[in-house]
Amino acid sequence: MSAIIRLEQLSKSFDSLDVLRGISLDFESKEITSIIGQSGTGKSVLFKCMIGIMAPDEGRVFYKGKDLVEMSEEEKELVQRNFGYAFQDAALFDSMSVAENIAFPLREVLGIRNRREIRQRVREMLEWIELPDIGDKNPSELSGGMRKRVGVARALAIKPEILLFDEPTSGLDPVLGQTINDLVVRVNRELELTCILITHDIPAAFRISDKVAFLHQGEVIAQGPPREVIRSEHDMVRQFVENSFSSQEV
Amino acid sequence: MICCRIVNRGQRHVWNHAQIVVILWNDKTGVRLIKPSKSVVARNFAIEKLEQTGRFVLFLGQVVRYTFKRPVRVRLYLEQMEKIGVDSVPIITLSSLAIGMIFALQMISFLQPFRAEIATGSAVALSMSREFAPVVTTLMLIAKNGSAMAAELGTMKVTEQLDAMETMSVEPIHYLVVPRVIASLVMFPMLTLLANVVGVLGAFLIATGAYELEAATYLAQMFRDLQPTDVYSGLIKAAVMGVIVSTICTYHGLHSLSGARGVGESSTHAVVASSVSILIADYLMATVMMAVMY
Ligand SMILES: Nc1ncnc2c1ncn2[C@@H]1O[C@H](COP(=O)(O)OP(=O)(O)OP(=O)(O)O)[C@@H](O)[C@H]1O
Ligand SMILES: [Mg+2]
Repeated sequence: MSAIIRLEQLSKSFDSLDVLRGISLDFESKEITSIIGQSGTGKSVLFKCMIGIMAPDEGRVFYKGKDLVEMSEEEKELVQRNFGYAFQDAALFDSMSVAENIAFPLREVLGIRNRREIRQRVREMLEWIELPDIGDKNPSELSGGMRKRVGVARALAIKPEILLFDEPTSGLDPVLGQTINDLVVRVNRELELTCILITHDIPAAFRISDKVAFLHQGEVIAQGPPREVIRSEHDMVRQFVENSFSSQEV
Repeated sequence: MICCRIVNRGQRHVWNHAQIVVILWNDKTGVRLIKPSKSVVARNFAIEKLEQTGRFVLFLGQVVRYTFKRPVRVRLYLEQMEKIGVDSVPIITLSSLAIGMIFALQMISFLQPFRAEIATGSAVALSMSREFAPVVTTLMLIAKNGSAMAAELGTMKVTEQLDAMETMSVEPIHYLVVPRVIASLVMFPMLTLLANVVGVLGAFLIATGAYELEAATYLAQMFRDLQPTDVYSGLIKAAVMGVIVSTICTYHGLHSLSGARGVGESSTHAVVASSVSILIADYLMATVMMAVMY
């Protein structure tokens, strides 16, 4: 299987802070890949470079063999249509209702004009995230976890080829977290979408992912199928794994 | 002893260019003072300003480009026209009425000794339509809408809403800036026209009500002296100022730094920069119009 996204030696720094230091990673088509790592190691920055809203200092991002970094704005816009991005802090448009937020990519990316169709797809998305009755609410009236799920719904709405979820389950209770994880698995299996998630929920990541990549201090220190990564000798990885699994047994 | 060398320091603000630092040291005490000379500070400041200007010009280019790019989102245009135009009617009415009345009071007391108070109508109408209406309207709209534009876009920037928009192939300049600029281009002149009418009316009320000048003569003289070009010139000014204000304010919003403080600063800068700019622009336009129109 060929990689749908390939990162080559991606580097990014802010002022004197080196956030990404030569990241090379492949993301396989139609698989679930989880990115794990400490807070502040640059996982969200990595996502932003991948989708082209932040320019890396060095390195390349290939989408199906085409370099995103070198592209003109117009070409990049076309590529971005294949992505869905659920932001860590949801980034909902606060001047619009929840339904309008979810309808936004349907209108702008897919160009759907038919109101009935839009309403139907918005309703479907709200059911997916188990919040069927909040369409008319404003994002500011929602709880943090609800906002996050609406962000996921907005990313999913166009059923894009590649989905980027930035910590979709953090801040959710375990039951809801499970619902979102199930949703990720479902869109991956049923719609055959490539899912890439950043998560701190290690057990879930190891359970649902085809591949796990471990980021530490701006570098990939372990990657591969969960059963390989779990046996990694790297200190950081071991700490992460041990802590998350021991806390589960309590 | 004074020696110069070039150091490169990656600090924010004025200091992000290679800069010359003058190192002074006193041979006796060995104390070393490292500080940039005044001329260097000034030069870096100038470079910074030039850079900013360059970025702003590029931004203007993009605004023009996206204005003619499809899709044209009529709903957003109308929304902004309502916000900038319709919602500003009360405040513009109130302020221009007050200005017309006060102006008339002052004019009458000034002209009375010469028995020329009947010219008040012409004086108010001319200066309102040429200068006061566009300038006062614009200043009011900067306070009411300009600061809000910067704050709104700034908040969207720091909460990643602009990033989100971009990932959905919508360019924030296209979706957010262009409707505001177009709405300002249309509504600033409309409100200026309103300010003209209301200001003149206010003056008329004072002149005929409080000072009992003869209405027919007052109006006859006013309409004899007031030329259509006086009104047009004011409207043209207002349109130009609308574009200046909306572009400066949205620019500051799009470039605000993170946090509540960043947003606050960007809207302060937006208000100051646009107020100063429209006053300068007004002077320049007045000079040109004096020469070619009146
Ligand atoms: N726009 C920016 N300007 C300056 N520094 C930034 C910017 N974005 C991120 N950083 C810095 O980059 C580093 C990595 O940030 P990032 O948000 O990617 O962390 P993260 O791995 O997603 O952490 P978390 O798990 O807490 O979300 C942080 O130290 C942050 O301060
Ligand atoms: Mg993050």
